[in-house]
Amino acid sequence: MGGYARFVWPCYAFVFGVLAWNLWAAARYQAEARKRALRSLAMSGDER
Amino acid sequence: MSATRAMILVVARELRLSFRRPDQLLQPLVFFLIVTTLFPLGLNLQLSLLKDMAPGVLWTAALLSSLLSLESLFKGDADDGTLEQLVLSGHSLTVIVIAKTAAHWLLSGAALVLASPLVAIALGIPVAAFGTMFASLVLGTMTLSWLGSIGAALTVGLKRGNVLLSLIVLPLAMPMLIFGAGATDRAISGMSPAGALYFLGSLCLFTCTLAPFAASAALRITLE
Amino acid sequence: MWTWFYRLASPPFVYRTAGTLTPWFMAAAAVAIGYGTIAGLLFAPPDYQQGDAFRIIYVHAPSAWLSLFAYTTLAVAGAIGLIWRIKMGHAVSAATAPIGASFTLAALLTGSLWGRPMWGTYWAWDPRLTSELILLFLYVGVMSLRAAFDDPGRGDRAAALLGIVGVVNVPIIHYSVVWWNSLHQGATVAKIGKPAMPGSMLWPLLAMFLGFMCFYGAVLCMRLRGEVLNRERQSAWVREAIQS
Repeated sequence: MGGYARFVWPCYAFVFGVLAWNLWAAARYQAEARKRALRSLAMSGDER
Repeated sequence: MSATRAMILVVARELRLSFRRPDQLLQPLVFFLIVTTLFPLGLNLQLSLLKDMAPGVLWTAALLSSLLSLESLFKGDADDGTLEQLVLSGHSLTVIVIAKTAAHWLLSGAALVLASPLVAIALGIPVAAFGTMFASLVLGTMTLSWLGSIGAALTVGLKRGNVLLSLIVLPLAMPMLIFGAGATDRAISGMSPAGALYFLGSLCLFTCTLAPFAASAALRITLE
Repeated sequence: MWTWFYRLASPPFVYRTAGTLTPWFMAAAAVAIGYGTIAGLLFAPPDYQQGDAFRIIYVHAPSAWLSLFAYTTLAVAGAIGLIWRIKMGHAVSAATAPIGASFTLAALLTGSLWGRPMWGTYWAWDPRLTSELILLFLYVGVMSLRAAFDDPGRGDRAAALLGIVGVVNVPIIHYSVVWWNSLHQGATVAKIGKPAMPGSMLWPLLAMFLGFMCFYGAVLCMRLRGEVLNRERQSAWVREAIQS
């Protein structure tokens, strides 16, 4: 990288890390929302 | 009752209530004086060198002490139900917000401006720069009161709303800090502070025309 | 005529559509980012001034652009929620906030690493960098405000108002390099007519912009589904939607 490697690679690593975090966090958010919704459905189902 | 009369009554009430609690009135002022003392003590510089960072120190201290007094802008009235009465009074909430914020500035911002010569001398700011310092502080503290009214309206009634208030208001106040300190800095160096002061003035105008609407909308959201 | 608009506001429609769009956005993002990264790192020629350090632009510029785009989305969606009381507006606003904040952080950090070899410093208090930092604080403020309310509806509306107030920062960031003498370079891509970059450097950059936007769309759809579920937990349609 023409001597700039120690600047370029950390940049790419960090940004791809941010991309990965976004995917992981969004998936986890969706999964937890789903779990909470299932639980609230189960609870209201029992009340019937 | 006309809007003007309502405004005057609200301002008068604010002033009267605040003067009943002079300790609460003086606390932000004392905080301002203490914080400006901290910087020279911590940095241990000679007065001649201190004046280079004096505008920044002055402005940061003014910002922080204004934040202290902002919490009480709506909180007292919200706690005892007066705020809801004001909302229901039939007067435009925007007018009431303008009145309360103007009173707040009179009690805190104006006090800071009056105390600033003391602090300026302690920080080594030359007397020639005092005019610019006053002008920038007046414009800046007014802008801060208006910005703060939005933050105070959004956080009224929240637990630990004061931390959130700072978190909301400080980023919005950063441009004002940059130009306010910049204007005083230029005056100290002998350059013309006109550009920075004009910009500060336009920031102040922009804020004071739009903030009351935002703050009253925020009050409607948080009070319902 | 307005039925399509009302459909946009309907939570089951939003949930279903977000679910359908996500894989397409992800596929487009993967292709575009893949091409952009490889071409940008390997095939674009080194800059005559900056050498290989300029390759940071392929991650820095799209991140910065996304940080602005996401905040604008946050503000506009919040305004839609506040003014027309369309709850899906608040859902979009809430979903986009953490995504935008992460890209603001990415822009700041990659910019800092790029600044070290180029300007000799990791940081400078110049208008663009300062206003981008303020943007990060605004994101944090909006997210904190929304979370501080016990009543989620009130939290949504307060956060929407704050988002709108803060949107004034977005044009400041964008035009800061025009209005002030800034250390940060001016517009190279957005110039109308001939951009200041040769094609071999430009195409990977455009691909990265497109890829990041598609990625944003994918992640936004994913988070949006979670937001919709959280807000509409009690509704009847949710039962079938999540048990399928």
